[in-house]
Amino acid sequence: MTLRPTLTVTRRTRLSTAWLILLVPIMLLLIAAPWWAGRADLRLMGEIALYMSLAVLWNLLAGYAGLVSVGQQAYVGFGGYLFFALTMLAGLHPYTALPLVVLAGFVISAPVAVLIFRLRGAYFAIGTWVVAEVFRLSFAQVSSLGGGSGTSLSPDIVRSLADGRDAREAVAWWLALGAVVLVIGAVVWLLRSRQGVALTAIRDNELAARSLGIDIWRTKFTVYVLVSGLTALIGALIFLQKLRISPDAAFSANDWTAFVIFIVVIGGIGTLEGPILGTLVFFALRETLADLGTLYLIALGVVAIVIMLFAPRGLWGFLRDRWGLELFPLSRRVSGLAKKEA
Amino acid sequence: MPDALLALQALNAHYGDFQALYGVNLSVEPGEVVAVIGANGAGKTTMLRSIAGLLRNAPEAIRWKGQGIGALRADQVAALGIALVPEGRLLFPSLSVEENLIIGGQLGRKGPWSLQRVYDLFPILKERRHQQSTSLSGGQQQMVAIGRALMSNPELVLMDEISLGLAPVIIRQIYEALPGIVGEGLTAVIVEQDIAKALSVSQRVYCLQEGRVSLEGQSQSVPREEITRAYFGV
Amino acid sequence: MDWLNAIIQGTLLGGLYALFAAGLSLIFGVMRLVNIAHGDLIVLSAYIALSFGVSLGLNPLVALLLVVPSMALIGYALQRLILNRTMGEDLLPPLLVTFGLSVILQNVLLMGYSADPQNLQAGAIETASVNLGPVAVGVMPVLVFVTAVVVIAALQWMFYRTALGRAFRATSDRQDVAQLMGLNRAHIFGLAMALSLAVTALAGVFLGIRTAFDPAAGGARLIFGFEAVIIGGLGNLWGTLAGGVILGVAQTLGAKIDPGYQILAGHIVFLIILALRPRGLFPRIDG
Repeated sequence: MTLRPTLTVTRRTRLSTAWLILLVPIMLLLIAAPWWAGRADLRLMGEIALYMSLAVLWNLLAGYAGLVSVGQQAYVGFGGYLFFALTMLAGLHPYTALPLVVLAGFVISAPVAVLIFRLRGAYFAIGTWVVAEVFRLSFAQVSSLGGGSGTSLSPDIVRSLADGRDAREAVAWWLALGAVVLVIGAVVWLLRSRQGVALTAIRDNELAARSLGIDIWRTKFTVYVLVSGLTALIGALIFLQKLRISPDAAFSANDWTAFVIFIVVIGGIGTLEGPILGTLVFFALRETLADLGTLYLIALGVVAIVIMLFAPRGLWGFLRDRWGLELFPLSRRVSGLAKKEA
Repeated sequence: MPDALLALQALNAHYGDFQALYGVNLSVEPGEVVAVIGANGAGKTTMLRSIAGLLRNAPEAIRWKGQGIGALRADQVAALGIALVPEGRLLFPSLSVEENLIIGGQLGRKGPWSLQRVYDLFPILKERRHQQSTSLSGGQQQMVAIGRALMSNPELVLMDEISLGLAPVIIRQIYEALPGIVGEGLTAVIVEQDIAKALSVSQRVYCLQEGRVSLEGQSQSVPREEITRAYFGV
Repeated sequence: MDWLNAIIQGTLLGGLYALFAAGLSLIFGVMRLVNIAHGDLIVLSAYIALSFGVSLGLNPLVALLLVVPSMALIGYALQRLILNRTMGEDLLPPLLVTFGLSVILQNVLLMGYSADPQNLQAGAIETASVNLGPVAVGVMPVLVFVTAVVVIAALQWMFYRTALGRAFRATSDRQDVAQLMGLNRAHIFGLAMALSLAVTALAGVFLGIRTAFDPAAGGARLIFGFEAVIIGGLGNLWGTLAGGVILGVAQTLGAKIDPGYQILAGHIVFLIILALRPRGLFPRIDG
């Protein structure tokens, strides 16, 4: 009589444990950045953090919930404009305005979701674009925020963040760092929860997930609202950095969707590590190749197409398939199974 | 010895990681009717789909008139004169009965079969020719599926479980029409779960069991117990 | 009277939108593919007409004879070389690949032609007008509308009365079984895309004659075409014409209220219809 093997289910791997331990000194280093990084570098790091947030969020939407949106710029712009409105028109302090932007993002994305969820697949994608256009055209009508040509953030607001230019740059960086940590934390928390398992099931096979009783609509709705609210927050931070907003910049499909999509596709869609890796690769390329504008976009487009056709899981997907790597402890592994009979 | 019309040599078939056929050997001579029987999941449909080109295989695993066709696409195999009546009929819902038949003749191969001849064989279809194909009864849809395959004037017709889901009286009707179909030098491979029917129309029979050939024999003379053993793998 | 004029103009504009949408509708019907680069391909057609016009001194309406086959060839090559590889169960590859194509196209056009707005000069016909009872309508808009009706009628005829149309319908129903009939799926899809881009060529040239265009104009055209398809209902070409007309009328009426509201009015009508009749007005198939 053979004894029954004891099976344990665990999420941690040696790599993920090592990574989480390593995160501590990395985070400390990043928090201390205002003291060792130059002003330009700090701004760049802030930009990286904000793009990484957008990428992680878009990946959750498209790679996990199957909601491919080409209209997230709607919420980037919405967040930016609302932040400007709350601080300049309603006189709120930036720190008060930011959480309100998130809440407002949740509130406005809910009816949008109800409407566009009537569309599927690529039609859904174009629908999100229409929504973004509606946002853009609507905000361009608001004259108190500069109408079609936009407006600048008043110096008082900027000064209320901190005293002195260096301190303000530090605050802006910490806000960006905080945002990306919040976003990645929220996504990890979501993916480890019950909803997360449902999401992964939907990602892998929607029909099978539905037959298991998973409420697809509700799960997708929750993800869409969550992502949109957080995207609005990132939008607010982006334009806080830029100090100026206009409808074309706020709702630019190129800046807030095209680049983000390319980042996620190249890094690896449907994994948490993918968008993070993709952002780093994207910026490494951008800084080393010098911003060639149109040529750069063409090259990105070609690379994204090639990856989609020949290596659809992207860079991280390739590494994961090859060696089963996972940095964040997300998937459950069973250990203790006896070896299969030859 | 001249090449058989169709020969399967050590045919293996996979669906992803799952292996459905293990080294299947089978041959069909011109003008023969060969029956292939076996339980559900034995690999019969996989075998027909492989021959028809819907599944990719090693080129030499499937030989047609001596030529290796295992790696060809389905449309290329169809052009060679091999027609499949697929399991479940699989008519085109957007096409009428007549359009389903006409598209069967898409390749324009010459031969005895024409729209009129199919209507002679299955008169009920002529009555319903402009109806949406999927609005017909199961038996009538089967007739359309068979007619569709015949319209390509094939040299070899593969029939996958044509009695599945049909009432016995309809099955009898269709099988009674079979000799008229196969009579003119058309070669056929018929996959069936109904063993009696399969044996009644064929000269030779193969039995598949869990992806392997477990029996090969003459339909009229192979003993009952052997079939049962081969079918269930006992 | 002004309102009647606006409605008529809007209806005629709907013809142009129907042309934008017809190509989109066609390939969705045959291949379930939505081409995000569709709008940019419309703009590409306009630029190709521009180049033919400049190098050969051709009136754009005459240049159509060259642009249509050029775009058809581009469509066939595009489908067979790139898009065929994306066809499958997963919805991400075709979406992301066509999105990538859209970005590439826009930037290639930007590099080739600069961002300056361009125009196709068709000569006297652009300003010619004809009297329809109490209102005067431009000859061009009428020509475009009539072309849209003819094209849709021709496509319907092709779909339901020809062997090619049968092949399209069969392949759209069941790809595998269509192969059993001897139809090469890769080739059929290529032909469908070629046909779609031929119609797109018409749309592009008419667009270029009507308004100024630039490399970034594709996005708006895609959206208008898409709105016309959704309003009209999937899988119904005549529905697409109706959708285009509704969109055109919404826009011109919106412009009457305030010129800045033109496009927004169209979007709002679209969203209202999406809310009340999610499958569109005359749907034939489901997305």
